[in-house]
Amino acid sequence: MSALLSLTGLGVSLAGKRVLADVGFDVNRGEVVAILGANGAGKTTVLRASLGLLRRDTGEVSLGGADPSRLSARERALRAAYLPQRPQAIWPISVEALVALGRFAHGAAPERLSPRDQAAVDAAIVACSLQPLRTQSMEKISGGEKARAHLARTLAQQASLLVLDEPDAGLDPAQSLALADILRAHAAQGGGVLITTHDVALAARAAHRIMIMKDGRVVATGTPAEAITDEALATAYGRKGTLQTIEGKMLVVFD
Amino acid sequence: MSRALPFALIAASVTAVCASLWLGPVALDVFARDQATHTIVWDIRFPRALTAWLVGAALGLSGAALQGLLRNPLADSGVLGLSGFAALGAVLAFAFGLAVLAPLGAVLFALAAAALVATLGWRARGAASLALIGVGLSSFAGGLIALALNLAPNPGALADLVNWTLGSVEGRSLNDAALALALLVVGAVLILFAARGLQALTLGEEAAAAIGADLARTRTLVVLGAAACTGGATAVAGIIGFVGVAVPHLVRMASSHDPARILIPSALAGGTMLVIADIAVRLTPTDTELKLGVAAALIGGPVFALIAARLASRRGEA
Repeated sequence: MSALLSLTGLGVSLAGKRVLADVGFDVNRGEVVAILGANGAGKTTVLRASLGLLRRDTGEVSLGGADPSRLSARERALRAAYLPQRPQAIWPISVEALVALGRFAHGAAPERLSPRDQAAVDAAIVACSLQPLRTQSMEKISGGEKARAHLARTLAQQASLLVLDEPDAGLDPAQSLALADILRAHAAQGGGVLITTHDVALAARAAHRIMIMKDGRVVATGTPAEAITDEALATAYGRKGTLQTIEGKMLVVFD
Repeated sequence: MSRALPFALIAASVTAVCASLWLGPVALDVFARDQATHTIVWDIRFPRALTAWLVGAALGLSGAALQGLLRNPLADSGVLGLSGFAALGAVLAFAFGLAVLAPLGAVLFALAAAALVATLGWRARGAASLALIGVGLSSFAGGLIALALNLAPNPGALADLVNWTLGSVEGRSLNDAALALALLVVGAVLILFAARGLQALTLGEEAAAAIGADLARTRTLVVLGAAACTGGATAVAGIIGFVGVAVPHLVRMASSHDPARILIPSALAGGTMLVIADIAVRLTPTDTELKLGVAAALIGGPVFALIAARLASRRGEA
């Protein structure tokens, strides 16, 4: 089965400085993959290069069998939905109108949704528990609510692959757990998910596979139990830490 | 409210134009049969009102489109330097004694500025850089206009130039209105093709591209459309500022924040506002008629400052 996303030997430079070197991995259908690493490790750059938003020096990227930098914006959007870090709503439109922008690549305008578009928007709103906020202005809701609205926008896009840059930023613990369930559900329906996060426990809970990055390189990869070793944590974050399992739930304790 | 708004604005536009036929230094019976009244109402006031409406519509529409593109409620043709270049084109025609070519100069220079902004802005990427390029071009055009004024050969030429930069629709003919209309139609078509891209830009550049918007296309359409609108407006009326900033702001308060859905209402409201402003200018009892551009600046300047202050307090900026 072909991977939704496949990277091999990826190298990227920004402003003349090498920020990624020899990064390679796949995201398959049914899989949640999480990238961990300290700030500046290159996590966001991996996501952006995966979508063809950055020029790469070396390596190959295949998004559903095609080089994303050669796809039109619309073709790319139909394959992968992207949630950037610190997503914006520049004009204070309603939550519903924001989520409906996820249907852009399907040819829909927020004020004229086909029944199919409307169904996708409704499903995304329900999945992110935004029903009471539908008609609220994006300006008037809390940070966590905003984060959920932007997540709902990416879900409404109905792309096989979700590429989410710190989707848990601003979420409370219960909402983070709900996020993990949403990502798992997307994978269970045959989709794939690639996320970055600083929440190691969330990654361990939500992801089938983990990649730990340090200075633009992958330093550990595998299932959560395989990848999140004491050494990998020490290398990635410069602090001693350990992955523990309590009643089947994984958590990470730093010294 | 937001669905009824365009119809309300069409009614307001028609009412304002009718009122401007009737109102003036002398209130006239629009339906009177005598030749003098007929001439004043249909040969002087009607073309003037129509021109004012078209200029206001062009400025309101291009303002709304540029604000959507730059994601900045303070943007308009002035910010991108299009107005300044259009005026420069007209002023150069005057300076070289080719007043008949002033409209053509305005249109061509607005288009040249647009092409320049589009090219430099494309390399620069990003709305902030585009706005800064516009500010640079605008200041440059202002400097060249000042130079033309400075070097004006005689008092008569200086008066012509000054009149142009003050902005007015006094004494405009149906030919002027036709020029403004033709360019407004071209500009509106270009801008309306960019409407969905503007909607997508609500998410910011990166996310807009990620939901499938073709940003290069959106940017080009808006810049060219705004150039056509601004070139036409400046060609017939000179520089009239702040309409492009204030009108979309008022439309947003009355209806929607969706950058696609404010385009047509901004054109209709811009037209209505400028016709009303022109009536006010004519009714103001001054010895020399107040210039429309001056009145627009006197009202628009403080409104601009208020919008900026509200924006700053909302975003918690100093």
